[in-house]
Amino acid sequence: MLKVLMKSIREYKKPSLQAPIFVSLEVVLECIIPFITADLVNQIKAGCGLSVIIRDGLLLLLMAALSLTFGVIAGTTCATASCGFAKNLRKDMFYSIQNFSFENIDKFSTSSLVTRLTTDVTNVQMAYMTIIRLAIRCPLMLIFAFAMAFIMGGKMATIFLILVPLLGISLFLIIRKVMPMFKRVFKKYDRLNNSIEENVSAMRVVKSFVREDYEKEKFGDAASDVQRDFTRAERILALNGPLMQFCLYAVMVFVLTFGSYTIITSRGADLDVGQFSALLNYSFMILSSLMMVSMVFVMITMAEESAKRITEVLTEQSSLANPEHPVYKIADGSVDFDNVSFKYSAKAEKPALSDVNLHIRSGETIGIIGGTGSSKSTLIQLISRLYDATEGTVRVGGRDVREYDLETLRNQVAVVLQKNVLFSGTIKENLRWGNPDATDEELIAACRLACADEFIEKFPEKYDTYIEQGGTNVSGGQKQRLCIARAILKKPKILILDDSTSAVDTKTDALIRKGMREYIPETTKIIIAQRVASVESADRIIVMDNGKINAVGTHAELLENNEIYREVYQSQNKAGDGDAEK
Amino acid sequence: MQKSNQRSVGKAQKGTLPRLFKTIFHFYPVMMPLTVVLIIISAAVSSIPAIFMQNIIAIIEQFWQSGDWTAAEHAVFSKVAVLIIFYIISLISGFTFNQMMAIMTQGTLQKLRQQMFNGMQNLPIKYFDTHNHGDVMSYYTNDIDSLRQMISQSFPQLLTSAITVVTLFSIMLYYSLWLTLVVIVGIIGMFFITKKIGGGSARHFIRQQAAIGKEEGFVQEMMNGQKVIKVFCHEEASKADFDRINEALFNEARSANRYSNILGPIINNVGNVLYVFVAFVGGVLLTVKAPNVSISGLALSISVAVPFLNMTRQFAGNIGQVSHQINFIVMGLAGADRIFRLLDEQPETDEGYVTLVNAKEENGQLVETDARTGLWAWKHPHGDGTTTYTRLRGDVRLNQVDFSYDGKKTVLHDVSIYAEPGQKVAFVGATGAGKTTITNLINRFYDIADGKIRYDGININKIKKADLRRSLGVILQDVNLFTGTVMENIRYGRLDAADADCIKAAKLAGAHDFITRLPDGYQTQLSGNGANLSQGQRQLLSIARAAVADPPVMIMDEATSSIDTRTEAIVQRGMDALMKGRTVFVIAHRLSTVKNSDVIMVLENGRIIERGSHEKLIAEKGKYYQLYTGAFELE
Repeated sequence: MLKVLMKSIREYKKPSLQAPIFVSLEVVLECIIPFITADLVNQIKAGCGLSVIIRDGLLLLLMAALSLTFGVIAGTTCATASCGFAKNLRKDMFYSIQNFSFENIDKFSTSSLVTRLTTDVTNVQMAYMTIIRLAIRCPLMLIFAFAMAFIMGGKMATIFLILVPLLGISLFLIIRKVMPMFKRVFKKYDRLNNSIEENVSAMRVVKSFVREDYEKEKFGDAASDVQRDFTRAERILALNGPLMQFCLYAVMVFVLTFGSYTIITSRGADLDVGQFSALLNYSFMILSSLMMVSMVFVMITMAEESAKRITEVLTEQSSLANPEHPVYKIADGSVDFDNVSFKYSAKAEKPALSDVNLHIRSGETIGIIGGTGSSKSTLIQLISRLYDATEGTVRVGGRDVREYDLETLRNQVAVVLQKNVLFSGTIKENLRWGNPDATDEELIAACRLACADEFIEKFPEKYDTYIEQGGTNVSGGQKQRLCIARAILKKPKILILDDSTSAVDTKTDALIRKGMREYIPETTKIIIAQRVASVESADRIIVMDNGKINAVGTHAELLENNEIYREVYQSQNKAGDGDAEK
Repeated sequence: MQKSNQRSVGKAQKGTLPRLFKTIFHFYPVMMPLTVVLIIISAAVSSIPAIFMQNIIAIIEQFWQSGDWTAAEHAVFSKVAVLIIFYIISLISGFTFNQMMAIMTQGTLQKLRQQMFNGMQNLPIKYFDTHNHGDVMSYYTNDIDSLRQMISQSFPQLLTSAITVVTLFSIMLYYSLWLTLVVIVGIIGMFFITKKIGGGSARHFIRQQAAIGKEEGFVQEMMNGQKVIKVFCHEEASKADFDRINEALFNEARSANRYSNILGPIINNVGNVLYVFVAFVGGVLLTVKAPNVSISGLALSISVAVPFLNMTRQFAGNIGQVSHQINFIVMGLAGADRIFRLLDEQPETDEGYVTLVNAKEENGQLVETDARTGLWAWKHPHGDGTTTYTRLRGDVRLNQVDFSYDGKKTVLHDVSIYAEPGQKVAFVGATGAGKTTITNLINRFYDIADGKIRYDGININKIKKADLRRSLGVILQDVNLFTGTVMENIRYGRLDAADADCIKAAKLAGAHDFITRLPDGYQTQLSGNGANLSQGQRQLLSIARAAVADPPVMIMDEATSSIDTRTEAIVQRGMDALMKGRTVFVIAHRLSTVKNSDVIMVLENGRIIERGSHEKLIAEKGKYYQLYTGAFELE
């Protein structure tokens, strides 16, 4: 895991290394400063002249200036290193996701990917900063302060030999007790927040059934449970403060008694009052660095989960790779399925597609019909290699799809997905996804074909109309037509519409089909639809049922011979062939 | 309807801090003041050692020439004994307040959470229609989390520092005015540096938050459209966009972090400089034997100078601590501000007084009863002290209703509907024609002016909302199921329903068969809004849920729109069974769903333009006919 994450440090290796170096220098100076002040105090006590004070004072000022410089450099490089690392992590994850295949995308939910790219990276960034800053600083300070205390206080410093292990072990025990508690309660906390989310989105149901009080009670129970667990853990953690205080006080009492004894009996030879405050300073340094070490430990453990989730994305291998010697030319728009079976995952019991044999000639118009879960979408997604067939081969233009360059294949096989989205930006920008170099005339031509021109022209800003995120300012039918136009702009050899006119009225639907017949006759057109009317006029219609091809034939043939087709046709025709569907 | 997308990012309003204190005090009227007292004691006591140090150094000065420890021993020990007593006090108060802080922090968060949640349950639907769910969620996550840090760490730290500084200051004055003046000058300098850098840090922090928000929005959109990106081979372009936003975030984050990182060293070393100056001035004063001015009247000596130097360090350290908390406080207050704003939202009002009660018939008269009789009546108390009972029948009438969501744009014009008990009334029309608005008015999700909607002859504004809604069943297009078992989800319709009632309802809805095929039948655990069920199955459960409630009036808003026609046939059977004998309002795009209604209303731009049975409307060859023959798009 660490190895994977470390790869993202890259150009920030330099600041990542500089930071600890400057931090170390800062620590050294911080440890020397009390040494000099102790000397200064002793000098003053001994009644030295002003010149000595000035000398020591200047030395101190110089050190403070150096320490400040190092501190500022360390702080800056540290910020650069950790934020840079975070930036690269986000970038690497985003790039990795861009290379995901559909199979990879299915594995992660949108919200989990967003969390990984935001909150999780922030957690790791904080941990990284703590590591390069404190992980060096604390042990170094511990050792340095310890050494200085010995040099200065001699026997006096033995108190640390007792206190440091005492504090260290106590902190260790506290953390060992508290960490699993926190991990558990964070899981509960997540669940609590999920249930709030559930409640917010179900508010109409809650209010319709007058379940407000019931929900309050349910929430109250879960929330107090979380509170109880949190409080228990926090209370144990709250022992840290008094523990630290206790150690500091112990040092103080020890220094004041044993220290005065040593000074008086040795007449200031072994120890002097100047060392008094210096010793106290060092004790503070030693104990607080121990404290920090424990904090670093906590932070790292907290970030561990986040790091794990990030690594999952970074190491996720795209299940589809470009072939070694890709083919860049597609002969024609013919499609062949030979004994194709497909499972979404190796573990799935039932194949989503089994034993599909299908041959589509270039330029043919094919309709596909079938209930939800009959694998209509699965079938067409194999053509542009959004998924790879588990068994058998899918061929386009006579060649196995796995031989083509992916981009070439997907540009020539344009799919209008069922769950389609527009992106925030103008209509033009959205359309140019299909072809970045399309001229305005080409855009308009494509929109005419998709019957999108008529409503775009009615917008005050026409083709420069801004589409909001998620396409919320256009209606479902308008969105679908824009998506079709976007795909047509690719000038593909094969055009696949996956239930892409469901929100379009039947008249316009018919116009779009007519346009495609007239203006792009060579293009193979595959149309998935709920409405029989949308596929009625196709050259051939495929009836899918339960992952298998149930029948293939023309409208008349199927009406005659196929029960499923007839059933669907009749159920729709009872209501007139015009389902005014969304 | 416009949703407010942007959460306010920025500084909190004035008055947030006092209100937060008041809130905590309200939650913990004993513990909070006690904690404050303990923190004060603890902080004050921890500043006192300076005095003891001065005392003991004075003793050392007195005896070190002679080197006679036995003489000094008593003096030292008696001082140290007092010091130990102080320390014990400090430790006890420190331990107690730390424990209490842990309890209070979590308790306050919990109580706020509960208040927010309770308040939220009482908010009108309008609130949820006009606010992003993500934003609502972030009150419970981001804002509560930012409060945690502020309450548990920043507040005690600030108080401790303030007390320590005050105590140290008085001790300093007690010893020497001149040296204190030096410290004051230094402190003023430090204050300005803290203010400048701390302020800069807070400013950058806020900018960083904004950059994070921007990146989150972008990532959200891209992750959502990832499959489209793949299909269009748009990966490189989206990478380029991402890099731009990512770089901007990096720059903001680096500035924000740099500020907070360098604040420590700066404060620290300004402290060092101050130390040098105090030492220097002290040395000069000692050397020239300048007269001291102090409360204690002590002459300036080494026993004063040494603890003074220590105090200087402690002083600077405390100011450094304060500066570290600035970011947390800025964030915490902004979070508190947003939480208070949520708590201040106006709850749904309800002046209704007509209630729904169980009734039985005695001598042809309706009488109220506690037993569940299956016969319901509206209990209507009148101004003159009498009470009348009206039988619940399910007769709903709208008389010339006009309505506007925002007071500007009228979405319903002069809508009149008469639905008699047992009738099926359908609404057909484009999105935005006002179909859902009508149902929103019937169950009083939104209110209209008096008297225009009557339920069994009673003005619905007089009916208590809870009772009104209990008499109305609702099935919506988007099915919301709750985490829990299938049984619990059905029982949501009526909490006191026995298992047998739930199973009966499931059978009525046609859900029984698939439920028994689930791994644990009715005890199968659902999560993530029933993610392991198909759309059709989830809709069947929602029908069963409505069936167990057994209301006289049903509202079905696009209940079958997202189901394919074959599955719909199955769901339709359940719905037909449920609709029998009830007043039903149906909204549907699919004309097959509404065809057999008693009355079909065709809505356009908030007006009813056609009404009548299917046959009548077809014969009229109007809008409905055009829809039916597919000449119009319902959008």
